[in-house]
Amino acid sequence: MFGVLNKNFLTGLLIVVFLALAPLVLTTHWIIILTEIIIMSLYAMSFNLLFGYTGLLSFGQAGFFGAGAYFSALTLAHFTSSFWVCVAVGVIGTALLAFVIGWFCVRLDEIYFAILTLGFGMMLFTLAHNWRSVTGGSDGLTILTLPVLTFSSYRLELFNPKIFYWLSLITVSLGIVVLRQVVNSPFGLLLTATRENSQRVSFVGQNVRTVRLVAFTIAGALAGMAGVLFGLFNRIASPEMLHWSFSGKAVLMTILGGSGVFLGPAVGTSIFFVLEHFITSYTTNWMIFLGAILIALVLLFPMGVLGTAASFISKQRGVMKHE
Amino acid sequence: MEGFLINVLNGLSWGMLLFMISMGLTTVFGVMGVLNFAHGSLFMLGAYMSMQLVRWVSSFWVGLIFAPLFVALLAIALERFLLRPVYGRDVSFQLLLTFGIMLFLDDGVRLVWGPAHHVVNPPDILAGVFPIFGQTYPVYRLFLIAIGPALGLGLWAFFSYSRWGKIIRAAAMDREMAEIVGVRAPILFTSVFGFGAWLAALGGALAAPHQSVGPAIGEHIIIESFIVVVIGGMGSFPGAFVGALILGLLASFGATMAPDFQMALPYILLAIILLTRPRGIFGEES
Amino acid sequence: MNNTPLLEIKNLHKNFGKFQALHGVSLTVSEGCLTALIGPNGAGKTTFYNVVSGRYKPSGGRVYFQGKDVTGAPTHKLVGLGLLRSFQITNIFPKLTVLENVLTPVIIHNGKSFSLLNSLRRKTDLREQAEQILDMVGLTRYANRSASTLAYGDKRLVEIAIALARKPKLVLLDEPTAGMNPEETERIIHLIKDLSTRSGATFFITEHDMKVVFSIAQRIFVLNQGRPLAEGTPDEIRANRFVREAYLGGSLDARGA
Repeated sequence: MFGVLNKNFLTGLLIVVFLALAPLVLTTHWIIILTEIIIMSLYAMSFNLLFGYTGLLSFGQAGFFGAGAYFSALTLAHFTSSFWVCVAVGVIGTALLAFVIGWFCVRLDEIYFAILTLGFGMMLFTLAHNWRSVTGGSDGLTILTLPVLTFSSYRLELFNPKIFYWLSLITVSLGIVVLRQVVNSPFGLLLTATRENSQRVSFVGQNVRTVRLVAFTIAGALAGMAGVLFGLFNRIASPEMLHWSFSGKAVLMTILGGSGVFLGPAVGTSIFFVLEHFITSYTTNWMIFLGAILIALVLLFPMGVLGTAASFISKQRGVMKHE
Repeated sequence: MEGFLINVLNGLSWGMLLFMISMGLTTVFGVMGVLNFAHGSLFMLGAYMSMQLVRWVSSFWVGLIFAPLFVALLAIALERFLLRPVYGRDVSFQLLLTFGIMLFLDDGVRLVWGPAHHVVNPPDILAGVFPIFGQTYPVYRLFLIAIGPALGLGLWAFFSYSRWGKIIRAAAMDREMAEIVGVRAPILFTSVFGFGAWLAALGGALAAPHQSVGPAIGEHIIIESFIVVVIGGMGSFPGAFVGALILGLLASFGATMAPDFQMALPYILLAIILLTRPRGIFGEES
Repeated sequence: MNNTPLLEIKNLHKNFGKFQALHGVSLTVSEGCLTALIGPNGAGKTTFYNVVSGRYKPSGGRVYFQGKDVTGAPTHKLVGLGLLRSFQITNIFPKLTVLENVLTPVIIHNGKSFSLLNSLRRKTDLREQAEQILDMVGLTRYANRSASTLAYGDKRLVEIAIALARKPKLVLLDEPTAGMNPEETERIIHLIKDLSTRSGATFFITEHDMKVVFSIAQRIFVLNQGRPLAEGTPDEIRANRFVREAYLGGSLDARGA
């Protein structure tokens, strides 16, 4: 048991160390791509807490992601230039928002849940799109001054891509540690039990809606966290970040990597962006490839890339054990 | 008063287009249990195909008749080779598959016809304007308003009197029962999917002179028709009709009376209906 | 024995439209007394269970649990009081391991549903409780196997273990041997007898297999067409003329009772 714990912990640590050292050898171009991958990984993983673990397909996750970006842009424009206050406002704000919206959405499940989350996400989209005086309308809110980080006499400039990369890595790692803890907690088991058989969970006396609401809120808050970073990364909070097609992106990246494995969405995100990078350098019709990839995945590898690999490896091990 | 009536007419003409595509969506959902994300893309494909046919043979009517048939054939192939393997799998994966088909078709259209919008002229007989309430109103929109109920009536007759219509209706209400009665599911599914696609593409061909034809029209209409189908009650035909009318009128009145809110209105309506009647206005409560 | 019966049903009615599924059913289950409800197909056994477990609201009559009126109370409230139902159709968490299947209700029972700071990877009190229950139903060796890979009979045991994990006072067990082979049936009869004395729960079963009923039940109620037909010890029921008639004359003997 402790061996497993140690192994997982070490693997995680190794990945973080490896990623932390990456900017030392990468060009700025790739550092920027990697920053986006890291931020979007947290977004996809927040979605997968609902999809892979709780069995709820949300088509409104972008609503919280975008809300995080808007909250931080508004905080920066009107209140403070502190990075951590920005993150805190983004996370707490989206958590509250997710709690209120979730309170309605968890009443339904399956397709009805997907449509209802899509509806609420699009309400947020139209709010951002039409409330010009506050949100800047379809132009979005440009972030003119990036927040600063000061440690006594040191001043860290977020304009520096490397610094921004490291900061994103730290923040996202924190988010992923939180997710990991949730998934391994008694509450995490309740989530998978709800996914497997929600009726049985309520027959042993647990209100399923409450379980789903808490999951919805946590997922919303972490999406908001990713959204804060994404807004700073692009120096803008724009309505597209709230649109349902952006929610679809989370779904795609998750399926690509595998919804049944903890790090599946992160792997999916990496593949997504690297593929996008290469394909768009040849053609503008990247969506056609994406559609074809998604169709092939659903038909042939529903467990995703990491999921398929993991099950292949465990089968191989099983064979080795028997021999 | 004139403004009010013009709003009603605008709402009705848009509502009728929504009705046509929602009919297909709701039939496919009712019979097959699949919520088809790509349905809007089939609508879009219908518009593009008819636009192309109009260019080649310069006859709107040829486009109107043949474009939906082409799309239906394509849809039959999609059902046979892509959808059939995922029946019985998790609902989420069926949704994702159709989502993938949507991405593919929407971008495919961009690849073939380019990102620009195209204009299709209505046929001469339906071109021009009609004096009404002291104002003028496009004849083509009146044609749409007329064809909606006509099509609705035709479908109603089809579902009430023809053998296939009865089978589809029975299956939409209760899939298991249809199987017990001995309907062969594979053929039923394929024909229903083709039929739904035909309706969507017919809507697209009819919409072409009403709005410009561009690669985003499918994505736009699919969300609205989802809302129509959900608020009407999935699998319910009267529901699709009423839902489409409500959404059409909401769009036209919203645009003049609450322009800032108009975009959000369908979603607010969706949330209210789902939270008070989770299975829609005409849906059976489970 | 306690004076107040564990479960007391008074004049229970349930109508579906004009159809009377239950008509004036009264019975009591005392603590520790393995009780069975029998009756021919369509006698209303499952309806009775659905009403008592809170799934349906009764059309008339009262249900008392430990002397407390719980008529029409929702399932989760009854579960909190210690009245649980186990299902005829196997109702488990297929992709979770057997241990996790039991751990889930253990977590709920201990009020740890929203405990986010603990980790299940460590050996915890919760795990120990779940392991004890697995031991009690004899599933320890399958603890880490996915529940969907078990044989049918073992899945039913998982189902019972899930109910036991909530430390119930009364378990309504619907047809525990349905679909089982003779060997599995034998095993589950032993288990129910054993659990009935060891687990602190009282079992109230429905069963169509008369051999099972007469070999384990201490008290039997007979239902026929929604009405109570007879009650008594197994010997009294065996000798009851009405029961014989309801079961088409003599089939009780033929079934090996």
